[in-house]
Amino acid sequence: MKLFPVRGGIHPDYRKDRTAECAIVALPLPKTLYLPLQQHIGAPAEPVVSAGDRVLKGQLLARSGGPVSAPTHAPTSGTIAAVTEVTAPHPSGLPQLTIVLEADGRDEWMVLASPIADPFSAKPEDIRARVAEAGIVGLGGATFPSSVKLGLGTQKKIDTLLLNGAECEPYLTCDDRVMREYAAEVLDGALIMAHALGAPKVVIGIETNKPAAIAAMTEAARGTPNVEVVGVPVQYPMGSERHLTQAITGQETPARKLTADLGVVVHNVGTARAVHHAVRFGRPLVSRVVTVSGGAIAKPGNIEVPLGTPVSELVAFCGGMTEPPRRIVNGGPMMGQPLPSLEVPVVKGTSGILALTQGETDEQVPGPCIRCGACVTICPCGLVPVEMSSYIRKDNLEAAAKVGVMDCFSCGSCSYVCPSHIPLVHYFNYAKGAITAADRDKRKQEQTKALVEAHNERVEKAAAAKKAAAAAAAAKRAAEAAASQPQGEAAKSPSPEQQASQ
Amino acid sequence: MLIDVGSLTAIGAVLGGLLGVAAKLLAVEEDPLENELAGMLPGSQCGQCGYVGCSQYAAALAHEHAPVTLCAPGGKATAEALAKRLGVSADLSEHEDVGPIYAVIAEDLCIGCLRCIGECSSDAIVGAVKQVHTIITDQCHGCQKCFKICPTEAISMCKVPVTLGTWHWEKPHVGDAQAVH
Repeated sequence: MKLFPVRGGIHPDYRKDRTAECAIVALPLPKTLYLPLQQHIGAPAEPVVSAGDRVLKGQLLARSGGPVSAPTHAPTSGTIAAVTEVTAPHPSGLPQLTIVLEADGRDEWMVLASPIADPFSAKPEDIRARVAEAGIVGLGGATFPSSVKLGLGTQKKIDTLLLNGAECEPYLTCDDRVMREYAAEVLDGALIMAHALGAPKVVIGIETNKPAAIAAMTEAARGTPNVEVVGVPVQYPMGSERHLTQAITGQETPARKLTADLGVVVHNVGTARAVHHAVRFGRPLVSRVVTVSGGAIAKPGNIEVPLGTPVSELVAFCGGMTEPPRRIVNGGPMMGQPLPSLEVPVVKGTSGILALTQGETDEQVPGPCIRCGACVTICPCGLVPVEMSSYIRKDNLEAAAKVGVMDCFSCGSCSYVCPSHIPLVHYFNYAKGAITAADRDKRKQEQTKALVEAHNERVEKAAAAKKAAAAAAAAKRAAEAAASQPQGEAAKSPSPEQQASQ
Repeated sequence: MLIDVGSLTAIGAVLGGLLGVAAKLLAVEEDPLENELAGMLPGSQCGQCGYVGCSQYAAALAHEHAPVTLCAPGGKATAEALAKRLGVSADLSEHEDVGPIYAVIAEDLCIGCLRCIGECSSDAIVGAVKQVHTIITDQCHGCQKCFKICPTEAISMCKVPVTLGTWHWEKPHVGDAQAVH
C-alpha cells in the first residue's frame, strides 16, 4: 500500500523494550474498586445503585447520562459501599462522584445479554446499541463513546475503518500486546465495527517498530480480502487519528472537521477487542490492558486490570517502586497527564501508568528563545508554536487563537525539541483552557441577558395588564355610579372615558 | 509653493466646514458608545457598581472614565470586554480573586416571603407564599440583590466551584531568563 508523508513529528527514545516482551497478565482481584461516573467524554453517567446493594460482575452501576455518554458496569461481584466523592485520576486532583464497590471475591458474573448470533447480518443500529450498552469508549485514551463514533456511518459515507495500532507514545506496549495475543479478537471486532459503519474496507495501521504485531495481525487477516495490515513509519505522533489518516489516505483533515468527513473512521485496537467481547459474548467493558512502566517500577509489565482498581495496588503488583519517582504519569510520557497521587483508580482511558525517575524527566530552567525554528519544523499540525507562545506569554489569547492555538492537540513535540526548554505545550494547554473558560463565561452572560430581558418584558406586560384591569374596574364603577344616580348629577360627574384615562 | 499651501488650506477649510455642519445637522441624539457599553453589561440593574443601573454605569464608563472592573455579576469576562472596547488596560487582579458566585437558600431559614423573587431579575428563584424558595443555580448570576433583601438571612453567596469540567492548567511560570523570548 502506498503511504503518504506526514509533516513534522519527532523520534523520541521509545523505551518500549522494557515491556514489549511482557505478556499480558491479569491483576488479582482488588478488595475495593472505585468507579468514577465520568470515565468518558460527554455527560457523566447516572448511578442506578445505592450503598448496600449487592451487584454481580457485569451489572449496570450507572446508566448513560445523555446522547454522548457511556454507562459503567461492575468489574466484579460485591457490595456497593458508597456513592461518594473520590479523587479523580486527573492532574487537578479534584474529587469526582464515584461508586465504591467492595468485592466479595467470588467474581460472579450476572446473566449476560445474549450474543448477537451473526453480527454481519445484524442491523448496524443493533450493533451500535450493544456497543453503547457495553459502555465501550475509545480505549486509546481519548475515551469518546464508541457507539457515537460508529453512528457516523449514518450521516456520512464511510469507506474505510482505520484501526489504530500505531501506539506512537514511548513506553506504552499495551496495544502491541493486545494485537500479538488477541489478534483474532481484534480482527473480529474490527470487522463488526466496519459492518456497523457500512465501511467496505478495513486498514490496520501499525508502526513498523512492532514487527510481531504486524505479523500477528497479517496472519489473522489472511483470508479476509477487505482487510489490509499496513506498517506505518515510526514517527511520533503517528497515533493521532488525523495523522494516521493522512499517512494512509494522503488527505489532511481540515480544522474543526472530523476524519469521517474524509470517509475514514479511526478506532483503537483495544476498542475493537472490547466490541468483540460485547457483541460475541454480551460482556460489558469491565477491564482493560494497562502498561505499567518507567524507571522507578521494579517489574514493569502489561496488566489486564479491572476498572476502578487503585493505581497503588497496580504498582504494588508490579513489585512497587525501586526509588521514589519524580513523576507519576497517566498515559504516555508525551501526552500523558501527571497524577496527583497513587490513590486514584484506573479508568477506561488509562493506557499506561508510568513512574518516571529524575533521569527520565527533563526538568530544566527555561531559557530565552533563540529563534531556531525547530518547533515550527516539527509541529505536525503546521502551526507556529513560537509565535503562539509569545502571544500567550503576553496574555494576548485572542491573537494566539487567531494563529491556531485551538487546532493544537498538545502532542508535546515542540516542548520536546525546544533547545531552550520553553514549556511550549504548557502554554497551549493553558491557552486552550482559558479560551474555553472565557467562551463559557460569555455564554453564561448571554444567557443571563436573555433571562433579564424575558423577565423585564414579563414584568412590563404584567404591569400593563394590571393598569388596564384597574382602568376597566374604575370605568365599571363609574358606569354603575352613573346608572344609580339621578340624571342631573350624572351629567356633572366625569364621564367613564375620562376616568379611565386618569 | 504658495498655491500648494493655499489650495490645501482651502480644501481643509471646506472639508472641515462640511464636517462641522454635518455634525450639527446629522447629530445622533443617543450616544452610540453608551448604548454599546450598556449592551455589554448584564442588564440586571443590580447596582453593585455603585450606579443606579446598567445604563447609568455605561454612561459613566463612556464619559467619566469610570473603572471597568465594577460590574460584579459580569465578572472578568465583562471587565475584559469593556476594557477592550474602551481601549484601556484593566486591573483584573482583584477580579480573579472573587470569581463567579451564586446564591443558595437555607431551607430551614426561608419563611416564604417572596421578597427575593421580586428582586431577582433573571428569574432564578422559584417559590410561593409561605413555601420554601429555591434557586436555580444555573440561572443565578450572582448579583446579590436577593442576598441583601432577605429578612431572615437565609440566602448566602457561594463561590462557583471548580470542577473537572471547568478546571484548566495555569499559565506556566517562567523566570526572568525567558524575558528575551
